[in-house]
Amino acid sequence: MATVVYKVGDDISTDVIYPGRYMATVLPTETPQFAFADDAAFNGRLRAKQIPPGSVVVGGRNFGCGSSREQAVSCLKGHELVVVAPDFARIFLQNGINLGLHMVTCPTIEAEEGDELDIAADAVANRRTGKRFAVVPLPRSRQAIIDAGGLIPFTRRRLLAGG
Amino acid sequence: MGMTVVQKILARASGLATVHVGEVVEPRVDLAMSHENAALVINQFAEIYQGTALKPVIWDSARVAVIFDHRVPAESPKTASNQKKVREFVAAQLIRKFHDIRGDVGGICHQILPESGYVRPGAVVVGTDSHTTSHGALGAFAFGIGATEMASVWALGTVLNVEVPATIKVVVKGRFKRHVGPKDLILHLIGRLSAQGANFKVLEFHGETIERMSTSGRLVLCNMAVEAGATAGVVPADAETARYLRDEAGVTDGLEPVRPDPDAPYDSVIEIRVSKLEPQIACPHTVDNVKPITAVVGKRIQQVVIGSCTNGRLDDLAVAAKIMKGRKVAPNTRMLIFPASSKIYRQALAKGYVGAFMEAGAVVMNSGCGPCLGVHEGALGDGETALSTTNRNFKGRMGNPNSEVYLCSPAVAAASALTGVITDPREGAR
Repeated sequence: MATVVYKVGDDISTDVIYPGRYMATVLPTETPQFAFADDAAFNGRLRAKQIPPGSVVVGGRNFGCGSSREQAVSCLKGHELVVVAPDFARIFLQNGINLGLHMVTCPTIEAEEGDELDIAADAVANRRTGKRFAVVPLPRSRQAIIDAGGLIPFTRRRLLAGG
Repeated sequence: MGMTVVQKILARASGLATVHVGEVVEPRVDLAMSHENAALVINQFAEIYQGTALKPVIWDSARVAVIFDHRVPAESPKTASNQKKVREFVAAQLIRKFHDIRGDVGGICHQILPESGYVRPGAVVVGTDSHTTSHGALGAFAFGIGATEMASVWALGTVLNVEVPATIKVVVKGRFKRHVGPKDLILHLIGRLSAQGANFKVLEFHGETIERMSTSGRLVLCNMAVEAGATAGVVPADAETARYLRDEAGVTDGLEPVRPDPDAPYDSVIEIRVSKLEPQIACPHTVDNVKPITAVVGKRIQQVVIGSCTNGRLDDLAVAAKIMKGRKVAPNTRMLIFPASSKIYRQALAKGYVGAFMEAGAVVMNSGCGPCLGVHEGALGDGETALSTTNRNFKGRMGNPNSEVYLCSPAVAAASALTGVITDPREGAR
């Protein structure tokens, strides 16, 4: 069971998730402080550690569109947030898989802040409404990377195997 | 069944005779570009080698390019230290395609790559920047990736697990009216497709309008393909591509243009006639919120920006200089101009454009990304509105979430700077 702590609309760009003016900060250990920095209330709760790990951000369509900045993934990963959205923009999705961000593609998701969700491999269930929403598996091209625990261990393994 | 341009490029780069849409391939990389975010790539690259006995050496340093453009010159000690770290890495790894903060060879990565002759038709180009799509203008398959993915490319020389994308064929016909051009075309197309309409797909451009278009204009189209969600934009290489590479990029070796097969499998075909197209404006806060200029004429603006990887080339500056020469930027309106590269800056100086801009009251800045992404300079005040030839108008994009950005062509930007309100360049402008 996971609680929805934040809900956003369609076409949320990486500029909204991680504003450009913090792009000089690159290390995954340092980026979480600037997650959703332009929303002082939510960012404040994150910084104050009021959001438990495993909490859910519900996005709209095309979540993570725009810039390829990986900080937009590492800042969410740092807080161990789960992102449930109808679909994700390409680069964000790949960055998320590469870094091991928990993302759930759920085309029909209906949930509000405060709702409690049961997230399984095939469906997301909303305890408040009793509704279940089917989950679309991540692209098969990326499954091996997920299974390896991210792109860094995956690439390391390939290197050791001689490319 | 034939293949699209990108299918052909991926097949060749993956050592396969044919590839099908959805198939997973591992293409070798011809060019891997990073900007300041190489600082993060370096970090991830080192991590790949951690716990192994292998030495972290880039697979082929001749195929790696590093260009400083996002925050130049550095705005903070943090950026300066990141740039220093990258400089040291570039020296240690013998990366020669390095463009530091310089007036001779510096500039925006998506202008430096083409003008330096680094991009060839048929190449696989990856960059840690979403606007890497730009390089499809030269008939390459070019797409943006994240920093960790780039670290993997640096280690292996291939992009792992690329799904062969479907392609939308865009056929453009007709001649542009005066003061209408490639930027209006791509804004119109994004408005039609929506910000997600081409997600995971390629936009392949065809038609008489594209054939007549200069590489500079094609760069505008491919640059903004990503704003419709496209993995890449591509213009099949032709005589104009050869001309550009020979005359403007100094490329002397033979080219191998990649053309699509007549029976290539297109996901869909979109036809656009530009003969009646009006200047287009992308309104806040999404790039697909596109309206004809007549819907927003008269909107008060406080800042006008001409520049960026989208519209900071010599032809863009020529259009603006023609409109602005001998006139004045309106009171209480700031105009900032960023040539896309130092080379373009020097050409604009020689042609008198820089003088015309400054005499009109504009500020001509050094080449770089400038205020486009709100990290460096040209930030907006609370409640202010900018009109810009850049590529994104997301909330907070120009450094302030309490401001708004409208996107337009260089002609619209120049005409509007003179009046302080969004102005149709067809009305009274030269």
